[in-house]
Amino acid sequence: MAKTIIPVGPYHPLQEEPEFFKLLVEGEKVLELEIELGYNHRGIEKIAESKSYDQVIFLVERVCGICSTSHPIASVNALEDLADIKAPERALYIRSIIGELERLHSHLLWLGLAGHFIGYNTVWMWAWRYREPVLDIFERVTGNRQHYAMMKVGGVRRDIESDDIPEIWKMVDGLLPVIDMFKGAVIDDPVIHARLKGVGILTKEDVFEYGALGPTARASGVAIDVRKDDPYAAYPLVDWQVITQEEGDVFAKAVVRILEMYESIKIIKGCLDKLKAVGGEIDAKVKEIPPGEGIGHHEAPRGEVFHYVRSDGSNRPVRYKIRAPSYMNVPTNQKSVVGGTVSDATITLAAVDPCYCCTERVAVVDRKTGKKGLTGQDLIKLSQEKTLRIKRHIGMMKE
Amino acid sequence: MDLKTKALTKSIWVFHFAAASCNNCDIEILDAMTPKFDLERFGMLKVGSIRHADVMLVTGAISHKAAVRLKRLYEQAAKPCLVVAVGCCACSMCIFRDSYNMAGPFDRLVPVHAYIPGCPPKPEAIIMGVVKLVKALKKG
Amino acid sequence: MAEEILTRIKDKFSKKALKVFEKSPRRIYIDFDSKDIPEVVTFLFRDLGGRLATASGIDTRKNIEILYHFSFDSSGTIISLRTLIDRENPEIESITPLIKGAEWIEREIHELLGVNFRNHPNLKRLLLSEDWPEGKYPLRRE
Repeated sequence: MAKTIIPVGPYHPLQEEPEFFKLLVEGEKVLELEIELGYNHRGIEKIAESKSYDQVIFLVERVCGICSTSHPIASVNALEDLADIKAPERALYIRSIIGELERLHSHLLWLGLAGHFIGYNTVWMWAWRYREPVLDIFERVTGNRQHYAMMKVGGVRRDIESDDIPEIWKMVDGLLPVIDMFKGAVIDDPVIHARLKGVGILTKEDVFEYGALGPTARASGVAIDVRKDDPYAAYPLVDWQVITQEEGDVFAKAVVRILEMYESIKIIKGCLDKLKAVGGEIDAKVKEIPPGEGIGHHEAPRGEVFHYVRSDGSNRPVRYKIRAPSYMNVPTNQKSVVGGTVSDATITLAAVDPCYCCTERVAVVDRKTGKKGLTGQDLIKLSQEKTLRIKRHIGMMKE
Repeated sequence: MDLKTKALTKSIWVFHFAAASCNNCDIEILDAMTPKFDLERFGMLKVGSIRHADVMLVTGAISHKAAVRLKRLYEQAAKPCLVVAVGCCACSMCIFRDSYNMAGPFDRLVPVHAYIPGCPPKPEAIIMGVVKLVKALKKG
Repeated sequence: MAEEILTRIKDKFSKKALKVFEKSPRRIYIDFDSKDIPEVVTFLFRDLGGRLATASGIDTRKNIEILYHFSFDSSGTIISLRTLIDRENPEIESITPLIKGAEWIEREIHELLGVNFRNHPNLKRLLLSEDWPEGKYPLRRE
């Protein structure tokens, strides 16, 4: 049988950033996967070297729009590690609240897109509808629906006012029945079981080999979560749990994300409770960053965000290294997609959280010579012949 | 108003081209389609191929690698195809203009018909931008 | 936990570790000669169960510096292996044969800083476009 290359991307009808996947298939089976990046490369690390530390926080916010507070949190963690700064307690609670609100809207977003990929558009529309109240709260608290600009070295830029607290509380309470509904619609649905269970399995060993992170790793039974392992912000001060699943398939990844939303709500409520009692400053008023180097990380919705910064004592970093979670997660597709079928490839590629779909062009390759065996004209001819055959078969055309 | 313009301003189908964007504008475009803002009730639809589109929404600053694809996609589009730059990066490159991997703002590569600034622009702003574009087209 | 890991590394590589710098109890930097890197990486990854978080390449004007950041998640410790290589002819043994997850990391350092990773299975461009000029490295300081 001829091997076929199916290019997916870089521009496809789905929403996310451009990335190019080359699937080498034999019939329905995926034999190889090649990933090509670079359409989205903006050279942020180099730009960061020409910005002052205050500006860097705004710059790294624009690394990713969905994780738009994860990079700033990792960045302030790195700079606070470098300069040995402790942020005031109230600021820590605010950081955690913003971080978890972001996780809520990001997981809802993923859930919707995942529904879309398996042809369950109801879930897509619902998830995105219930994501809106979270964005409204962001607008109320931070002034923007996304790109919140809340983080600052040594604290946060804005306080959460006491009359915002009941509003946030009401919003997360309103989300609970919604997540219950999704739990019912996804976790207890036999059709989704049939579609997602056993698809795109990533084993524990592969998680270690590839250094996979976040829900991708936790769905394979590897309980890594920076919030617990290397506590920062207010995560050690409130009660919550790390969610893991053992199976490693797409279904387990969905379950991890749905259950994590409950934990996020728990963290937000815990922080809001403490926020009522803890007063004081929200900013340690940092004047300068001394020479040295610092490492900060944060558990973004997709996994660990890692920042390394080196300073020579001036107001700009000498080197600023950013590593986002998808950087480690996307290569795991080479394990989870290969061996599966083409129809499972889209949802498996999407399961690590970046989202891809669509076939653009197809080229048929002769397995022995590796040359293109069929031209566009040949394909048209083949398809015409096939239509004729079918017509004859169903009796639409007389011999 | 000739027939062509009349057809163009009804049920606008959009194709979304994300260059080197941070995803926020992309997500806000989608947000405008989903139930809260629901642009789909006006017959606006996101399509998978530029060949079906009336409008190309471009987001993000444009990297060298994506620039080649942008030009190719614009050539494939059935004309008239309008281009709308969504977000600050697409309008003016913003914070990324000094980067080594940037191929210049969109309007140097393809003709841009409307600019919607904001980081990211709210869905309301995106809707308003499209409404303004349609009005301008109708005026001629 | 963090001390235990550090003690094991110190015991095993007492001669080879050039310098140990504890920035804080959970952030440790250890300097090694570039030829010892594969051996140390194998020990950290296979024996101690570290996770390769990432590697940062830095042009210090005198040398090219590469930092391999290993995260030990059970204790939240990050141990960074630092190695200096020659700036004119930057070359180091690849660790991708040891850790699959290092493939993209090394390809990125290769194209942005021009470091040649010996025995890397797939050392081609990752991010920059095809028409980017050869021999021009964006993260180098000229």
